[in-house]
Amino acid sequence: MDTTTAPPTDAPPPPPVFDKGAPKAKKQLGDRIFLGLSRGSGITLLVIMAAIAAFLTYRAMLAISKDETNFLTTFEWNPQGEPVSFGIAVLAFGTVVSSIIAMVIAVPIAIGIALFISHFAPRRLAAPIAYLVDLLAAVPSIIYGLWGAVFLVPYLDGLNKWLDEYFAWTYIFDKTNEGVARNLFTVGILLAIMILPIITNVIREVFLQSPKMIEEAALALGATRWEVIRMAVIPFGRSGIISASMLGLGRALGETMAVAVVLSPSFLLSFHILDAGGGTFAQNIAAKFNEANGFGRDALIASGLVLFIITLLVNGAARAIIARRKEYSGANA
Amino acid sequence: MAKRIDVSGLTAFYGTHRAIDDISMTVEPRSVTAFIGPSGCGKSTFLRTLNRMHEVTPGGRVEGKVLLDDENLYGANVDPVAVRRTVGMVFQRPNPFPTMSIFDNVAAGLKLNGKYRKNELANVVEKSLKGANLWNEVKDRLNKPGSGLSGGQQQRLCIARAIAVEPDVLLMDEPCSALDPISTLAIEDLIGELKERFTIVIVTHNMQQAARVSDRTAFFNLSAVGQPGKLIEIDETERIFANPSVQATEDYISGRFG
Repeated sequence: MDTTTAPPTDAPPPPPVFDKGAPKAKKQLGDRIFLGLSRGSGITLLVIMAAIAAFLTYRAMLAISKDETNFLTTFEWNPQGEPVSFGIAVLAFGTVVSSIIAMVIAVPIAIGIALFISHFAPRRLAAPIAYLVDLLAAVPSIIYGLWGAVFLVPYLDGLNKWLDEYFAWTYIFDKTNEGVARNLFTVGILLAIMILPIITNVIREVFLQSPKMIEEAALALGATRWEVIRMAVIPFGRSGIISASMLGLGRALGETMAVAVVLSPSFLLSFHILDAGGGTFAQNIAAKFNEANGFGRDALIASGLVLFIITLLVNGAARAIIARRKEYSGANA
Repeated sequence: MAKRIDVSGLTAFYGTHRAIDDISMTVEPRSVTAFIGPSGCGKSTFLRTLNRMHEVTPGGRVEGKVLLDDENLYGANVDPVAVRRTVGMVFQRPNPFPTMSIFDNVAAGLKLNGKYRKNELANVVEKSLKGANLWNEVKDRLNKPGSGLSGGQQQRLCIARAIAVEPDVLLMDEPCSALDPISTLAIEDLIGELKERFTIVIVTHNMQQAARVSDRTAFFNLSAVGQPGKLIEIDETERIFANPSVQATEDYISGRFG
């Protein structure tokens, strides 16, 4: 028997359920509030970035237009002198070189620690070690600075002499002036310790996410533990390693207090990294800002703008490297 | 070179849990042996004990003997890495190395062994891809990533990777369960060709597949959830499906179980 077909009637069709007749259905109140909040947050970010960039550029232009020497190539920093002469050569050099030293030291160690925590350490040991790394990040930078100046500098004197004696032929370890180890090399070591936690934590997270399936594939081919890591873990985490390094590099470039305490500032630009003296952007700003008059501050802001641009370039380069490797990143595995 | 596998009194644990209990069987060289049975009966665990992959799982532990042509894989001085170089494995989900090209995927095992020359490598890669019936589909894009292939192609790439090192035994853990019927057919045809050169053991949930590809079939079962899996019987595939000697096997195959 057919029970599904209703007998024909003359009753009017039922009213539509969804179409209420209003030209545009009103959004729920909650939706509107949430949309407004999230849109507002996004716009705030853009406004802050624009404000910083505009402020830096405007004040920097005021200073640079009155500089009577070349801003990019001048060594000395004397904006209140006669003639007005200041340049970023020493600061840019010091900032970049100390950060590179920090990266060269910190990245391999960070990869090692991350591998140990994620793939080698027994579970009972992995958690405490990860916690210790976090603790390293919790130390304020001024403490690192004090430790560097009081402990590291005297202890590195011996290492500096040894490096100078046996590795002077490498040019960079050739010490050409007198003075204690208040140099870019010491700053680099200190920065390496300071950026180690952030790099380690990001890399560890990436390594923990390396797919078990791929690791098993390597194992089943007869790979040793190290070969598994080389074939399945490190290639998978490569873009993560690059991002982590760039995060660390950003910190190293901008680090202020620790550098200001350790380095003996001078207008020295030397590829001999054991030579005492030099400077970095952030250290120079911190050291001179209080004594500077209005124009001197503008000049310091101009140097800050350069630091800002360098950091932007570093981030852009990192993104470009990651994008180029996307096809092989493992994200489509 | 295909080898005979002789298992005696094999028991595998996860921590204190006994996953499979006292299994003994012989797998003939140049044949396909299928493992069937309900989920959780330990057939995959047993397969993984045959190339010492079981102990990779935290808590994984094995008692008993697995002889590969008279050599005990669990002997005191045996390196599990060396075992895995002679007993290859294909997994349930295709797992080519996503960071490597098709060529490098196939060459990966050879590079681990370290003994190769460059032109030799290209020959082995071509031979293995042909052996896996994949060569014609990928010969123009050997430098593209393996993860760009379809699921069925990826699985054949994994088979090519496994046979490139000329293993004695090839273990397959439900190699078709993630594939569509056409790709499944391609792999089944391939298994028929590969058994001329290798000893093949395949775990499958698909009983028609077991009937189609295997010479001998082993039926595993467990008495209750949480109990260790046991080997119920192993026999010629035709006999297992037509006239098994144990009632439980017949119940499982005809769908009357549980």
